[in-house]
Amino acid sequence: MSAVAVEVDTAGVARRERAAAFFQRNGALVVLVLVVVAGALAFPSFATGVNLRNIAVQVSFLALIALGMTFVIISGGIDLSVGSVYALGGVLAAWASQFGLLAALALPLAVCGAIGLLNGVLIARGRLAPFIVTLATLLGARGLLLALTDEGAETFLVRDQPAFTFLGQGSLLTLGVPVIIALLAYGLGWLGLNRTRFGQAVFAVGGSEDAAVLMGLPVTRVKVWVYVLSGLLAGLAGALNAARLSSGVTILGVGLELDAIAAVILGGTLLSGGAGSLLGTLTGVLLLGVIQNLINQVGTLNSNFQSVVSGLFLVVVVVVQAWLSRTQRR
Amino acid sequence: MAEATAGVGSGRRSLPAGWLQDYGVYVGLALLVLVNALFTPNFLSLTSARVQLIQVAPVLLVALGLALVIGTEGIDISVGSIMALAAAVIPLYLGYGFAVALAAALLVGALAGAFNGFLVAFVGVQPIVATLALLVGGRGLALVIANGQLKQVRNETLLALGNGDVLGIPVPILLTAVVALAVGFVVRRSTFGRQVVAIGGNRAAAALGGLPVRRVLLGVYVISGVLAALSGVVTTARLTASDPRAIGDLIELEAITAVVVGGTPLTGGRVRVLATVAGAILMQLIRAALIANNFPDSIARIVQAAIIVAAVLLQRRAS
Repeated sequence: MSAVAVEVDTAGVARRERAAAFFQRNGALVVLVLVVVAGALAFPSFATGVNLRNIAVQVSFLALIALGMTFVIISGGIDLSVGSVYALGGVLAAWASQFGLLAALALPLAVCGAIGLLNGVLIARGRLAPFIVTLATLLGARGLLLALTDEGAETFLVRDQPAFTFLGQGSLLTLGVPVIIALLAYGLGWLGLNRTRFGQAVFAVGGSEDAAVLMGLPVTRVKVWVYVLSGLLAGLAGALNAARLSSGVTILGVGLELDAIAAVILGGTLLSGGAGSLLGTLTGVLLLGVIQNLINQVGTLNSNFQSVVSGLFLVVVVVVQAWLSRTQRR
Repeated sequence: MAEATAGVGSGRRSLPAGWLQDYGVYVGLALLVLVNALFTPNFLSLTSARVQLIQVAPVLLVALGLALVIGTEGIDISVGSIMALAAAVIPLYLGYGFAVALAAALLVGALAGAFNGFLVAFVGVQPIVATLALLVGGRGLALVIANGQLKQVRNETLLALGNGDVLGIPVPILLTAVVALAVGFVVRRSTFGRQVVAIGGNRAAAALGGLPVRRVLLGVYVISGVLAALSGVVTTARLTASDPRAIGDLIELEAITAVVVGGTPLTGGRVRVLATVAGAILMQLIRAALIANNFPDSIARIVQAAIIVAAVLLQRRAS
């Protein structure tokens, strides 16, 4: 009698734990589906092919940045410099586009990768706090951008470079090229994170750096690489955006690091490191993009509501996450 | 390899390194005053000192609250948005008089801080995530309240808070000095201050030792929120307008820089009030010196970045 009761109870607990784990992983996806369905019912202009394709192109730049941020956060770090690096990448790409497609991609990737390398070396070798190091490079990268553009007064234009502008403005199989690049990057990122030694090392370092050292993992190298990756992806996103806008806009990217972090958190990746998923990040990015689009659809609401709603979603998600992880621990 | 390098570094650790961590910010400040006195025209004048100190006051008010939060191993990146919220409610209540508007603004700051503190202390959300939510949502809310518009303020008492003098000392400087003394007193002499440091040093031990960890954390974020709101009121008075779009934008970075340059470790367990004051003034003087000598904004930012890295490198050497 009592044995049966205990059995039933453990089954219930197990079910509850599974449900908690499911929501922690896929909560953002559930919310995204609900928001999209609600949006489709409320606004006839929302669920049209044109609008959805627009959303996809608009979020693809943030998606690339959030991809790198996910690696950094899973490794237990944070990268505040991505917004400035993104803007710098755009300016460099627009300037270098006069020398052709290759230069327009190589220059921003080289410089932004170098900034990521600087972050990584200071954090992993210099053992400085990621928050502070990347805060410094946030300032430094913006300073470099201003130095290159005559204190922000000069905007480099992309002229007669169809191959380069195609990367930002073209489309293949009805999908925008930035969307395809972002999807490819997520595919590669997923393989790298889940199917390679490097990816497993990223999880291990974020879970417990001391344990990772004791296991003989190349902790320093792993930490350096995640910041290089983050810098490269931010630079790539900037270059693609420059191709889309046909110019290197200097005022972009302020506060973009916070959007990227918000997307990663919405996707269920814990800021404490050691756990997280790229699919979740992609969902978080889409959720932010859809919220923005829906608030634009309402029309009577001004854009200020967008950040209020994003902030609310963030609070709900982190509260639910904290509660769920407590349920799982019990 | 990295371990070996770090080992050699800490092996060579000597008195000067630790000394530099504790007093480096004062040495830097003294050097900067000296350099400015030599190269910047009209630097050593009362007017110039007044201008510099008035400009640093809003950042410093925020940084003093942040120093307490960082002392508990936390962080508050929502301070700029709290300033915007405070600025947005001032015009709504100014019709009832200065006191009501000030009380409303400070209350909004306290509520925002309590919201942060509740998420951190009771729900168990990481400080940077909890305050990120308010950073994102708070400014939007402020703009919704203000209808996205800048509003002139004409209340005499409020304007005096930003531009008035008491016994020849500008009110923002006086106010910031009083707050700095109060925070210094709290840290050094009060039970609350000891609890802040104990929680930041080792939260688990503090909880086991029977300290009211949650209440102290809540209190720390409320103080940070109120000081941010006060900074928002002072800035509004200085501008003679409530501008929720621009006020306090990115001030969290400046304030964190001031705290870190002052030698307070981000890992908690230590609150250095006077050093935070020195850190804020140091960063302000660097900016002023670069501007006065016609260096462009780009160089100013790169120099600031280098100083932040140098400051944390010095700290790491010493610890």
